[in-house]
Amino acid sequence: MNLVLLFVSAVLINNFVLHYFLGICPFLGVSKKVDAALSMGVAVTFVLALTAVVTWPINHWLLIPYGMPYLQIVSFILVIASLVQLVEMFVRKTSPPLYQAMGIYLPLITVNCAIMGLALLASLKEYGFAETVVFGVGAGIGFTLAIVLMAAIRERLELADVPWPLRGAPIALIVAGIMALAFLGFSGMIK
Amino acid sequence: MPDNSLRKEFVKGLWAENPVSRQLLGMCSTLAVTNAVVNGLAMGLAVAFVLILSSLFVSLIRKIIPNQVRIASYIVIIASFVTIADRFMAAYFPPLSKALGPYVPLIVVNCIILGRAEAFASRNSAGRSLIDALGMSLGYTIALVILSAIRELLGSGTLLGRPVLGAWFEPWVIMLLPPGAFLTLGILIAAAFAIERKARRRRSA
Repeated sequence: MNLVLLFVSAVLINNFVLHYFLGICPFLGVSKKVDAALSMGVAVTFVLALTAVVTWPINHWLLIPYGMPYLQIVSFILVIASLVQLVEMFVRKTSPPLYQAMGIYLPLITVNCAIMGLALLASLKEYGFAETVVFGVGAGIGFTLAIVLMAAIRERLELADVPWPLRGAPIALIVAGIMALAFLGFSGMIK
Repeated sequence: MPDNSLRKEFVKGLWAENPVSRQLLGMCSTLAVTNAVVNGLAMGLAVAFVLILSSLFVSLIRKIIPNQVRIASYIVIIASFVTIADRFMAAYFPPLSKALGPYVPLIVVNCIILGRAEAFASRNSAGRSLIDALGMSLGYTIALVILSAIRELLGSGTLLGRPVLGAWFEPWVIMLLPPGAFLTLGILIAAAFAIERKARRRRSA
């Protein structure tokens, strides 16, 4: 039951984009078209889940037992960077169409704060292995939800007459603000 | 005129290429920690520390790093300085470190730092990279302080923790919550666009 609660909260209430401000760069950069946003979301979800599976053992079987938690930052970033490389090579070899769809987004994910943020938050909140994986998948789905909604709004916004100083990034941030306001409504769900 | 061009390298980070209002880099930490001026200032200084030292280092060893592994080496350099900043903050300012949470370690994936390493420090001398990093971090810190001052003033009626607005003021709690961050930053960037366009028009007229 706890895991279900954690999942729902990661998707809707503690949404990575709208609550933790993680992954804002792709959220603003790759949200002009719905299908591109969806591919980005799927790629991020996949890498988030993998990161959860890989960083938890490193943290709990290596860094903490040997008293080296200060190496977290360096080791997490290196693991994430190599993980993304491996996934990219694997996808390119095994599934060219999938690579076509999400290939260009994969390298960008290395410097996506959401991935590093997941590893750090899971360690900070002292989640167990199952919790970390559920948290990762939930965070990915929450990210996908936010970026697809954002892209859908921005496709409509193309036709709107936006005052000139607000065109581009400012209106996107204001839309994100209104979305965050709407998502605040979910916080009553779990108490 | 080497003197003049050095000044240009410094000043561009403040306005023309300001990392927050112009390049939209480092958005995660910008939005997340600016609910109080103290936090915004601390974040600005932490980023300045990492940016200045890693720019200097990258530019000093730029000729001995093989091209294929340059990004990986930059990341290791940046991660080391972030670890120093993070441990320092946790040791000397524990409440601040707790308030900033995962966002200090997250400086490692802040695009400003990797961006400056790749776009500037890897191609310029140590002196120029240092000036560039100083300008960029000052521009970043100023943007963070302005954003957090607006949010703290409207969200809790205080500045740097001291009450500024009188008892009549009903705090807008929403300014401290995530939506307030998005809305304030959107309006600030729009204002920066508007000022820039007016100034350009005046120059051309």
